[in-house]
Amino acid sequence: MVRLFGPLVGLFFVVALLWSLVVGVIAAVPVLGEFGHFTEPTVEHEFHKLPKELSLASDGPMGNFDKQQLQRGLQVYKEVCSACHSLRHVAFRDLTALGYNEAEVKAIAAGFQVPGIDPNTGEVNTRPGLATDYFPKPYPNDIAARAANNNAIPPDLSLIAKARHDGGPYVYSLLTGYQKQPAALLKDFPEAKTPVGLHFNPYFPTLNLAMAQPITADGQVTYGDGTKPTVAQMSKDVAAFFIWTAEPKLAKRNQTGWPVILFLIFATGLAYLAYQNVWRGKKH
Amino acid sequence: MSFPWANHYQPKNGLMLWLDEKLPLPRFVYNAVGAGYPVPRNLNYFWNFGVLAGFCLVMQIITGVILAMHYAPNATLAFDSTEHIMRDVNFGWMLRYAHANGASAFFVVIYIHIFRGLFFGSYKAPREMIWLLGVVIYLLMMATGFLGYVLPWGQMSFWGAKVITGLFGAIPLIGEPLQHWLLGGYSPDNAALNRFFSLHFLLPFVIAAVVILHIWALHIPGSSNPTGIEVKSESDTLPFHPYYTAKDGFGLGVFLILYCIMLFFLPNFLGHADNYIPANPLSTPAHIVPEWYYWPFYAILRAFTVDLFFIPAKLMGVLAMFSAILLMFFLPWLDTSPVRSGHYRPLFRKFFWFGLIPTVLVLGYCGGAPAEEPFVMISQIASIYYFAHFLIILPIVSSIERPEPMPFSITEAVLGKDDKAVLPPGSAPPSAVPLPAA
Repeated sequence: MVRLFGPLVGLFFVVALLWSLVVGVIAAVPVLGEFGHFTEPTVEHEFHKLPKELSLASDGPMGNFDKQQLQRGLQVYKEVCSACHSLRHVAFRDLTALGYNEAEVKAIAAGFQVPGIDPNTGEVNTRPGLATDYFPKPYPNDIAARAANNNAIPPDLSLIAKARHDGGPYVYSLLTGYQKQPAALLKDFPEAKTPVGLHFNPYFPTLNLAMAQPITADGQVTYGDGTKPTVAQMSKDVAAFFIWTAEPKLAKRNQTGWPVILFLIFATGLAYLAYQNVWRGKKH
Repeated sequence: MSFPWANHYQPKNGLMLWLDEKLPLPRFVYNAVGAGYPVPRNLNYFWNFGVLAGFCLVMQIITGVILAMHYAPNATLAFDSTEHIMRDVNFGWMLRYAHANGASAFFVVIYIHIFRGLFFGSYKAPREMIWLLGVVIYLLMMATGFLGYVLPWGQMSFWGAKVITGLFGAIPLIGEPLQHWLLGGYSPDNAALNRFFSLHFLLPFVIAAVVILHIWALHIPGSSNPTGIEVKSESDTLPFHPYYTAKDGFGLGVFLILYCIMLFFLPNFLGHADNYIPANPLSTPAHIVPEWYYWPFYAILRAFTVDLFFIPAKLMGVLAMFSAILLMFFLPWLDTSPVRSGHYRPLFRKFFWFGLIPTVLVLGYCGGAPAEEPFVMISQIASIYYFAHFLIILPIVSSIERPEPMPFSITEAVLGKDDKAVLPPGSAPPSAVPLPAA
């Protein structure tokens, strides 16, 4: 029975697939002839760029955080990004990982107003943040966020470095990638002119985004550690900061990984010797 | 469940003697994976993967049970509780990455285990039942993996759940009500997440139960081996312990090294960035892709682009995708060659290495690629070969092929000669005898 029905079922699928293939080829041939490519070229396909190279202390299996850089990145977030973007998975207490002591963390927290309740009247109000609070949201709700940002919700940035492919370099490239639309783009795709209210950036998947260039000029923030605040430096620092917010256990992970793997190599070596010992004289 | 020359369990002290009378569990273990289980002496490293799969299952259950202590299966909390595990739970990041990469490791191991069975003909008589149970385990694993991927409630979780449950919607007449019943709603939401969590917790234990049946069925004919020749005499076998416990111990070490490199240094390599965006029913990701281990079947699903007479393309894709897995159940009766091992099957071997393996890899690649040309055409061609290989080529090959000469026994294959080779050809090998009261 199986030997009879098996090949019949096989033929059924083969014929159905051939049918799909033939129809697909007939549809593809004219497109291929006209564009030399299987699909009509889109403006995103032609002008979207992959992220720039970015090298940070946290890269690779030996990666660790540059705390000084993370502190600068926090400053950029605080003074630039936090106007529109939340950081809801990060608590002020987490900032001890950036090298701040308890008093400094409390001071940073107190610099933010977080939602609270008046202990006497029960009315909703705001109060200075505590170390246990999370970074407050800039907008009370999504509707307010949309209304203030040309109908686009500024995404939460806690996980942005993991929520985008090649996240760290992506953030850096996006921040430093704003430019005028290339003349070649407008020539080939006149209908792809950046709409009013959006901004052209070749590192953004759809090439146009609602966010205006946030870091516009050197010296936009004033670093306390003497680092020169160029646009590239600030972008790099805040990208490093978002790698930390997305994966605060990255350094610990690397530091745990090495001894584990070295131990496993040693144990596997012993296991190999045991295996050889047990099998000595047994041909197999 | 063993050969006549198998070692017999001897309780070593009073306590073990007492235990053996009341509950002979040590005897059971001794006969199952101890010195009482004779195994062909010529097993290569591919025979390591059954033990590795068992290890993966145990590891997934342990990490999973601990993760479940910190996870909240609620659509409004799931994403944040996952981040809570990553940030605030002691070594929570390690548990979660161990579990996520453990699923991938489990599938790597199981795919090698399956392809070992395919090449060495492990599915053939008298081992059909082991193979059938193995396919059941594989199906349960696919279901478990899918359910688990939904739990973090990220974008890919949500849209993956929507696409996969949408497949049931392609069934004529009952499709849509069935889909709504499965989801507990029109779209994945809290009801779906809750039941997915419940089932994701349940299924691994069902898998463990089927694994016990799988091993039980294995112990009736005993393990196969790279020559595919049945065990004939004591010189063909070695006791499982210490020989294969030692060899598997080394294999386990190598596996753990590779696994830990992924876990500690590339934990998100096999994941998808979009799953770190909270689920949003109003925003569809540009490319919805399942986890890598479903890619070959996802490519088959998407290979059907044109309606076939009255059958919609989507239904054809769903039928083909499920058939691609279910045809494994019929493999023992599609491949009727009496020779098991691909080593002695010249024609089968060519189709295996130059047909099936590249096809599955190509399908895997196309399944992960966006659904556009040329990937659709390539997956159509590869899917044609996939179905043809199992349903058309294998039955034909097994009838027309002339197998290469085979050694008389495992002993002859290993040592070059076997004193018992003077036995008249075709004489019955020692039959398996049942285990005494286990």
